[in-house]
Amino acid sequence: MLLSIWFFLWGLLWAVYFMLDGFDLGLGTLSPFIAKDQREKNIVHQAIGPFWDGNEVWLIAAGGVTFAAFPTAYAVLFSSFYSPLMIILFALIIRGVSVEFRNKSTDPGWQKLWDVGIFVGSFLPAILFGVAFANIFKGIPIDGNGVFHGSLMDLLNPYGLLGGLLFLCLFLVHGALWLSVKTEGSLRERGFRYAKALWLPSLLVAAGFLIATWFNTSLYLNYIERPLFYAIPSVLIPLAVLGGMAGILYFIRKQHAWYAWTSSAITIVGVTFFGIVGLYPNLLPSSLNAAYNLTIYNAASSPLTLKIMLTVVVIFIPLVIAYQVWVYRLFSHTVTEEETGY
Amino acid sequence: MDVLFLSRLQFAAATYFHFLFVPLTLGLSILIALMETKYVRTGDVTYQRMAKFWGKIFLVNFAVGVVTGITLEFQFGTNWANYSKYVGDVFGSLLAIEASVAFFLESTFIAVWALGWKRLSPKAHAISIWLVALASNISAFWILTANAWMQNPVGYVIRGGRAELENFWALITQSFALHEIFHTLAGSYILSGFFVMAISSYYLLKRQHIDFFKRSFAMGVTMALIFSVAEVIQGHMNGAEVAKYQPAKLAAMESFWETKAYAPQYLFIIPDEKNERNLVEFGAMPGMLSMLAYHSPKATVKGLKDFPKDERPPVAITFWSFRIMVALGFLFPILAFLGWLKRKTIENYPRLLRLFLYALPLPYIALQAGWTLTEVGRQPWVVYGVLKTKDAVSMIDRSQVLFSFVGLVGLYTIIGLIALYLIVKFVKEGPEVAQQ
Repeated sequence: MLLSIWFFLWGLLWAVYFMLDGFDLGLGTLSPFIAKDQREKNIVHQAIGPFWDGNEVWLIAAGGVTFAAFPTAYAVLFSSFYSPLMIILFALIIRGVSVEFRNKSTDPGWQKLWDVGIFVGSFLPAILFGVAFANIFKGIPIDGNGVFHGSLMDLLNPYGLLGGLLFLCLFLVHGALWLSVKTEGSLRERGFRYAKALWLPSLLVAAGFLIATWFNTSLYLNYIERPLFYAIPSVLIPLAVLGGMAGILYFIRKQHAWYAWTSSAITIVGVTFFGIVGLYPNLLPSSLNAAYNLTIYNAASSPLTLKIMLTVVVIFIPLVIAYQVWVYRLFSHTVTEEETGY
Repeated sequence: MDVLFLSRLQFAAATYFHFLFVPLTLGLSILIALMETKYVRTGDVTYQRMAKFWGKIFLVNFAVGVVTGITLEFQFGTNWANYSKYVGDVFGSLLAIEASVAFFLESTFIAVWALGWKRLSPKAHAISIWLVALASNISAFWILTANAWMQNPVGYVIRGGRAELENFWALITQSFALHEIFHTLAGSYILSGFFVMAISSYYLLKRQHIDFFKRSFAMGVTMALIFSVAEVIQGHMNGAEVAKYQPAKLAAMESFWETKAYAPQYLFIIPDEKNERNLVEFGAMPGMLSMLAYHSPKATVKGLKDFPKDERPPVAITFWSFRIMVALGFLFPILAFLGWLKRKTIENYPRLLRLFLYALPLPYIALQAGWTLTEVGRQPWVVYGVLKTKDAVSMIDRSQVLFSFVGLVGLYTIIGLIALYLIVKFVKEGPEVAQQ
């Protein structure tokens, strides 16, 4: 039971991270295209500025919880995904300093440089997180000692790349809608337009990914073999993904940015949980032999550690959510030209 | 260069670099919070201008500290998989607690503070920087507790081929951790004090914004004085902790080869590691080392020769980094005391001001030397007496580590130079002009 709770929390932290940093990364990737001039770039920057750091901590928390609750999985996962993780890391570092340093000078050349940094630092993680998670779903060549017998190229298989594309599409829609939430006038319109244009490709990629998942992973087995046990997720997840996708389109038509963005957030959480629930109780399947799978039973921490961590998380994560909601409300105003610049 | 060596280099580079920025965050956040509190209490706008000026520098420093912190968490998994597997049950939880208790708070409220000048009342704005200061320091508590566990593992049991947590309370209240936390925080406050003193001196030498920078100087020098005095006293107790729990580190930092009672302290030594002796030993004070380490001149101090060769830390690095740290540690209270005595008329002492300006690198050197002593002196262990560094590394491909090491050093160099450029730029721009 304790193990299952932790498995669920583990998935939840990753889902919340993708839901929050997803819009930063998506909008960062879109920024060179969606903002036409320096003024608009300033506004896009302001839509990310107050939020990226608080969002990124969810990654630290997700990583930290993986380490604390499932240390063996953390060790094998992070060392197996060495190169992609290092690229994600460097990219996130570039993204962070780019957002923070961009407005430290008004020189146009200076700002252009950091705009490139924001693009590169957002685009790479968006893709690579998708590649990494698709590979987790699929399983990777690890032996009984958790040693990885593959190369970077093995991770860049078609299914992995499709996962990368899926994350990118979802984040782009999410980011475009965030721009609509945060701005007025033509930028708000453009946010809606981009989200709408990206909606169908996202749906197609998602459908393709779901089909490919059938052939590449055993994620569906849980739902098929134990339909009663999985009755609730079997209803909730398709509802979240499809309802979310439909909601995006519906609320774009209604010009209601917050609802459209929320629909997109629900889609992202739904997609993540589709994979997480399918994985259960595996944390990282082995493609060599199912006996080498890392599961909540052979990769978890001791009950004492799990109980202490649960206490900490139950107290502090709701607190974090409370003050982060407060901050989102504090900065809930739409960004206008006058306010740009720290 | 194998995976082990490259991983060690990479960890060292990432940690040294990260710790160029962390100490200033820990101390300057408190000074800025005090400035804003004074502004709220007295309504004196100069204090608000001070918070803004130092805040601009603080934000650059903070940003680099934050982004380079992620590397450290990730590296345990990427490069030290066997370590993570073996001790994750104990060590991982401390990192996860740090993230959920402190890092969220810090990262969320830094944005509130940076962007909230017009959106919050002065009081609420001051509270937001207090939260940042508090969270940064709580963050340090958890990270240092984790490091202290690697130095002196307690509260665990080896079960099922790994270290498992047995007594969490023992972990967070062990004296080694409390000393390490105090020592590191005090060092960070000394650095922050000297940082503010140095930049204030720059302006006072130019005779610009005299009132503004005299007030800044006074705050900085007060912080530096209190904590440099405390550091000397506590540093001695810290040494006694090392003697008690890490005798090999003690022997290496003193370059002490032969076990004996009434162990002397030398004024000057040049270690000769290869031949297991000292090239030069000068100015013996009999019984002094025994006294310092074990509070009795009779006490026996174990020499390096009585440790197996493969359980001795590198002597020269440990020895010299200790010497550098201690020498600077004694210098800081003297400098701070001079500055504190003259703080009310400090603009009239250009020589002192120049001294404080050029002293800026010293606390940085002292802190990095302190960490060198702590980490190199723990070798060959990654967890003292439990797991050796060579057994902790990941089974990964060497080329990947080479690639990431080169990438990391390149990226950090660029970021470091840009951060330096920005800090110098903001210092030179000076405080914003007083209104009216």
